[in-house]
Amino acid sequence: MDEPVLPERPRLAPGVRLHFDKTRGAWVLLCPERIIEAEGPASEILKRCDGTRSVAAIVDELAAVFAVDRAVIAHDVTEMLTDLAGKRLLAS
Amino acid sequence: MNPLGMLAELTHRCPLGCPYCSNPLALEDRADEMDTATWIGVFQQAADMGVLQVHLSGGEPASRRDLIELTRAASEAGLYTNLITSAIGIDSDRLQRLKAAGLDHVQVSIQDTDPALSDHIAGYAGAHARKLALAEAVTGLGMALTVNAVIHRANIANLSGMVALAASLGAGRVEVAHVQYYGWALRNRDALMPTPEQIDQAMQEMDALQTRYAGRLVIDSVIPDYYARRPKPCMGGWGQKSLNVTPSGVVLPCHAAATIPGLTFWSVRERSLADIWANSPAFEAFRGTAWMKEPCQSCSLQTTCFGGCRCQALAITGDAAAADPSCELSPYHSHMQELAHQASGGAYAYRGRKEGTAVPAR
Repeated sequence: MDEPVLPERPRLAPGVRLHFDKTRGAWVLLCPERIIEAEGPASEILKRCDGTRSVAAIVDELAAVFAVDRAVIAHDVTEMLTDLAGKRLLAS
Repeated sequence: MNPLGMLAELTHRCPLGCPYCSNPLALEDRADEMDTATWIGVFQQAADMGVLQVHLSGGEPASRRDLIELTRAASEAGLYTNLITSAIGIDSDRLQRLKAAGLDHVQVSIQDTDPALSDHIAGYAGAHARKLALAEAVTGLGMALTVNAVIHRANIANLSGMVALAASLGAGRVEVAHVQYYGWALRNRDALMPTPEQIDQAMQEMDALQTRYAGRLVIDSVIPDYYARRPKPCMGGWGQKSLNVTPSGVVLPCHAAATIPGLTFWSVRERSLADIWANSPAFEAFRGTAWMKEPCQSCSLQTTCFGGCRCQALAITGDAAAADPSCELSPYHSHMQELAHQASGGAYAYRGRKEGTAVPAR
């Protein structure tokens, strides 16, 4: 099984969109036949997956928002995007 | 607790005659279908109460002339819109207008890879070619596509071929959907049921397929209930996550729930969707765990599977409150296995046609 390759400038796949669920007061990722919770940092990452920002730029922006070490953020962002790519939720 | 998903059966009309149709034996008439404005009101109510995804289904939803208007209204209400279609009635022009109306995702079913066998199963000449054309148009427009491969005795040996077809069509996701024996499908159980050997072979193939397509194609599998050891958590629990609205506006906890005698269903023509969800006797009947009998009542998995499927419990045991007999803890489990083992194939019964049409062997 191949490791999914991260796109240079990640963007959500067709049929996948980030949505604020007003009823529950929570961000969710709406996908074909499924709904994934996207709480806190996850929504901040996903909001920036618009096809214009590189992974490094997303990490830089989050490092400016959260008081967390950049290496930790880089690890979390890469892990989450790799997982999404494996589920075909990022455009390839 | 509010529902996340709603299955909107826009119409029960359908040009196909699939023998595994899980809609009821008696379909609702066109004359009883809700009009455009009433459906739009239902979508808005659904969004207001926290529904996130609406599945536009049927019958064949494209049989509704107002499909584009309905899709736009659902999308504008904030709902994620999923069109579940046989492809009949959607050409590339209508698809483009659906996309412009906000359609998020399309699910197309396929019957096989062989056109003649596919059309025979669907009971409609030329269906297969039109499905392929729609699937290609969907991905051609950059839209998300799921291929639903409905699996049964006549095509299970071609499982890998059907998944390969889905991949070649550019689907991001394929549902390997073993037939579920509700509604019309129950009448065709003997004709559709795979043999134990076929199931063993298919399960091995599934593992290989998951490995082969990892990262390229999401393969979700609906279990073959009659050969399972544990039941599926049907609907994620009765009245827990989703609801179903029939063409005439009756609200059901699942699309086969009307087969259960003694339940009282409420309609959106008379009450609000939120009231029905919270208070309808049919939703209350099997919500939570208080209704359960043994072996479910004392089972540690009762909130994992929610007792499985009520409609299946009824169909096999005669009691909708019994454990789903696909569970090996059910006293009816071996009976259910026998029903599968005894199935001998044979001819399909198609809706509205004389019975006795031969099934070609693969």
